[in-house]
Amino acid sequence: MKEVLGLYNYWIVIGLMMIGFYTMISRGNLVKKLVGLSIFQTSVMILYISMGKILGGTAPIIIEGRENVVYTNPIPSVLILTAIVVGVATLAVGLALVVRIKEAYGTIEEDEIHEQDDVM
Amino acid sequence: MSQHLPVLQVVVPLLAAPLAALVRRPRLSWLVAFLAALWAFGVAVALLHHVLSVGPISYHIGDWAPPWGIEYRVDQVNAFVLLIVSGIAAVVLPYARASVEWEIENERIPLFYTALILCMTGLLGISVTGDVFNVFVFLEISSLSAYALIAMGQDRRALTAAYQYLIMGSVGATFIVIGIGLMYVMTGTLNMADLAQRLPAMEANRTIPVAFAFLTVGISLKLALFPLHLWLPNAYAYAPSTVTSFIASTATKVAVYMLLRFVFTVFGAAFSFDVMNIDRILTPLALAAIVFMSLSAIYQPNVKRLLAYSSVAQIGYMVLGISLASVFGVAAGILHLFNHALIKGALFMAMGCVMYRVGSVRIEAMAGLGRTMPFTMAAFVIGGLSLIGVPLTVGFISKLYLVRAALEQGMWPVAVLVLVGSLLAVIYVWKVVEVAYFRQPIGDGSIREAPLSLLLPTWVLVLANIWFGVDAKLTAGVAIRAAQTLLGVGS
Amino acid sequence: MTPSVLVGLAVALPLVGAGLVLALGKWPNAREGATLVTGVALFATVMGLLGPVRSGLRPSLTLVEVVPGLKLGFQAEPLGLLFALVASFLWVVTSLYSIGYMRGHHEEHQTRFYAFFAFSIASAMGVAFSANLFTLFAFYEALTLCTFPLVTHHGTEEARKAGRVYLGILLTTSVAFQLLAIIWTWQLAGTLDFRPGGILAGTASKGVLSVLLALFVFGVGKAAVMPFHRWLPAAMVAPTPVSALLHAVAVVKAGVFTILKVSVYVFGLDVLGTLAATPWLAWAAAATIILASLVAFTKDNLKARLAYSTISQLSYIVLGALLANRWGIIGGGMHIAMHAFGKITLFFGAGAVLVATHETEISRMHGLGRTMPITFGAFFVGALSIVGVPPAGGAWSKWFLGLGTLEAGQIWLLAVLMLSSLLTLVYLLEVPARAFFGKPAEGRAPVEGIHEAPWPSVLALTITAVATVILFVHPGPVFDLVSLVVPK
Repeated sequence: MKEVLGLYNYWIVIGLMMIGFYTMISRGNLVKKLVGLSIFQTSVMILYISMGKILGGTAPIIIEGRENVVYTNPIPSVLILTAIVVGVATLAVGLALVVRIKEAYGTIEEDEIHEQDDVM
Repeated sequence: MSQHLPVLQVVVPLLAAPLAALVRRPRLSWLVAFLAALWAFGVAVALLHHVLSVGPISYHIGDWAPPWGIEYRVDQVNAFVLLIVSGIAAVVLPYARASVEWEIENERIPLFYTALILCMTGLLGISVTGDVFNVFVFLEISSLSAYALIAMGQDRRALTAAYQYLIMGSVGATFIVIGIGLMYVMTGTLNMADLAQRLPAMEANRTIPVAFAFLTVGISLKLALFPLHLWLPNAYAYAPSTVTSFIASTATKVAVYMLLRFVFTVFGAAFSFDVMNIDRILTPLALAAIVFMSLSAIYQPNVKRLLAYSSVAQIGYMVLGISLASVFGVAAGILHLFNHALIKGALFMAMGCVMYRVGSVRIEAMAGLGRTMPFTMAAFVIGGLSLIGVPLTVGFISKLYLVRAALEQGMWPVAVLVLVGSLLAVIYVWKVVEVAYFRQPIGDGSIREAPLSLLLPTWVLVLANIWFGVDAKLTAGVAIRAAQTLLGVGS
Repeated sequence: MTPSVLVGLAVALPLVGAGLVLALGKWPNAREGATLVTGVALFATVMGLLGPVRSGLRPSLTLVEVVPGLKLGFQAEPLGLLFALVASFLWVVTSLYSIGYMRGHHEEHQTRFYAFFAFSIASAMGVAFSANLFTLFAFYEALTLCTFPLVTHHGTEEARKAGRVYLGILLTTSVAFQLLAIIWTWQLAGTLDFRPGGILAGTASKGVLSVLLALFVFGVGKAAVMPFHRWLPAAMVAPTPVSALLHAVAVVKAGVFTILKVSVYVFGLDVLGTLAATPWLAWAAAATIILASLVAFTKDNLKARLAYSTISQLSYIVLGALLANRWGIIGGGMHIAMHAFGKITLFFGAGAVLVATHETEISRMHGLGRTMPITFGAFFVGALSIVGVPPAGGAWSKWFLGLGTLEAGQIWLLAVLMLSSLLTLVYLLEVPARAFFGKPAEGRAPVEGIHEAPWPSVLALTITAVATVILFVHPGPVFDLVSLVVPK
């Protein structure tokens, strides 16, 4: 029971990851695929942040007179700031591509695009 | 100045990228890009020279000492990779000018060069850094710009190819982040050298094998290891000629370098091969890549796609060398990294010349080009012979080391399959050659030889194919030393 | 000039010749002049090496070290010198012949033809003078690639198909078997240099060395040991001078030469004699000798029949090497020269008939001997040499091969040699017999319109026929040179 409840943050990560992954694979709509990708990436961000979190920990700021304070490891959060930027950029590029695909093919459904390419 | 070389390798091109966009004039932005590539090449040469004569360089960004600060670390292995990436960029850019003006709308050209330099910067960054999270950041810089570059192809299928690459590439990159995170949670460090020291104590913990698995799969997606190669053929086939020439000879190579770095430096050969038995997965996949992808290449009606499938097969050779985990094997992999960059660079650039004059790279479009574009097709033939592995070309040197490494371990079926791959290469190269030389030219006879600005860079690579095939002491020597560094055996 | 320079010059000269041919392409007479001059200069260069080599010198020249331990280098030793002498001399004669043939037959793309011819000769010289297996392999593959445009010279669908077979078999065998064997040798012995006595002694078990030997014998596709012989008949779509010099002398001899070199300088006769595979492979060669002769019977096309005869004769040399004794090597080495002169004469004859009458089938050559007496006379002499009866040079090489089989105690192999000679006698002499004694075939143009081929061609085939007879009367120089390979 401890494995299930005590590690609930990891279960959430795994759940989100699978939802994102499944969406990416199963959906033919290009925008939905991107949504799946975003969920997938977000799950990893949660993984990082929850790793660094210590129960009762505060922000890592040194205050005079209170040196022995428990604080959360800031590095995962900092890393994830970068990852968020990357994720946003990926999503932006992906959506831009979808717009261009819509202009070129008139659809954003994967199977319809394949049909058009096969005719050529 | 000289002690700052590792960071200058990355920072100068990084600054050149926005500059290329800001100047707004196509020719001027080309100049910026070209100078950035030349700079990178010069620095890479200086770095390699320094590493070979003095030894590895460790550079602390912002003077923060590792493992807290980011470390740039250059040894024989990545000095060689830096040289490949920047060298190819320096050859491709003179070629790009005419080719890009023909394939890309004028107002987009400055942005095109921005993306191209960013892509190069990212690849250089992955190679130079000694920090695993930094690897991910640079990986995304290079990948995002690569998606944009591929999408600029004339064919609308370039868009779907770029989209597919984006999805698979992002999944790969995310896997790599997961792997990095799991390593961090166990060791509390992101520095490669530091990780290498701390990981052995953690091996028994199940998290480390999981991190290893995520990293390996993520990198395999990026390097297009069969069967994770699905994004590659279309991306190479429909991207603009310049982009294909550059990415085909650098992006997957850098991914192979990442594999080398993680497997040998970070986790160590003992863990990767004795505990995780990674060779039991890599060897069969590499052999499958060599055989099946070469067979697929034979049936491609589009020459750029054909070469793309061949690239997946050739990546199989590199991974095979790595999976042998011996000095000769790893050296063969590294050597093929360099040699294949020269081979595919030359071949894709020759196809770019064809695209420029004929407007198509389907096999039927090659008819009679042996007569109408003799220098372009001669370049293709020599590049093709090198791909096959004819003696006195670079392709032969790679096969020589790879087969020897396989025989050294008594794996003669592997040696035979490597050579069978060569024979399949004969078939798909010769298919193109036959059409070019035995069919009558089609059209109204207006097809002329490609302009010099395209031919010269192509021939630079073609001649490099022969030069480093006749005198491979430098490349083979560096590859052997790099392999010794990675495996931690004395030189 | 020092002998080392001469070795380099021998490889470089044909390349210069090819450059001249390309430069002079617009002036056919100057172009052919360049080929002839280069040929004579090459022959003189190779002759210049004869003295030093006979006096025991082994002049060598290293061009470049490709990777540590692998050098691109040349060395003149007796066997290679013999091959180079034969090839360079016959290049001059063939060039003479080509002038008559190519113009008489109105062939196209003659500049390309002469240029690639010169490239091929350069590759053959590289094979002949290679100092190690790596160099040999490099030039062996170069020879395949340089002859490809010559085989497919006509550019027709038929030529393209033949080109595929040609390239397919030669590259497959060389890459899949020979290259594997070479790298394996490198891994075992740590070197690829040709050394008297071999380099493989004591490096691996006899079983491994047996496999290695088999890889070499079948990997040298140019030696055309069955079942890897199909490329040679396919190559016959080429213009006749190509078939004559390259597919009776330079290319095929490069193959058997490689096998002789590997036997003597890589395995060493002592090691070779102890391997279990050696007698089996000798029987494979013997089977090729007989089977190819039998196939030759069924061919009505003269060039195809000659091709199968070549396959059969090449296996004589392979057999000689695999007898693993002194007489076998001497016989095999001499057969390189003897067969070259005989077979080139036969091809010249076939080409002359083609130019003069456009006939390719033996059954339609009745009575031609009366109008083309010189051609068929030479053909007769050449045929005698291939059969191996006096007064033609082939008698000597077969004599020594016979001695070799006896010394090896393989009396049945001797029987094979005899039987094959008998078969050869029948299928080759049928041609001049029909020409001289048969009645003109029906439906063919009247005999009056037919006369000898252009004079350069006739001169060339006369030279080679006379040389065949001289080699019978004076076999001494050839014997002396070859016996240097295997000192007593």
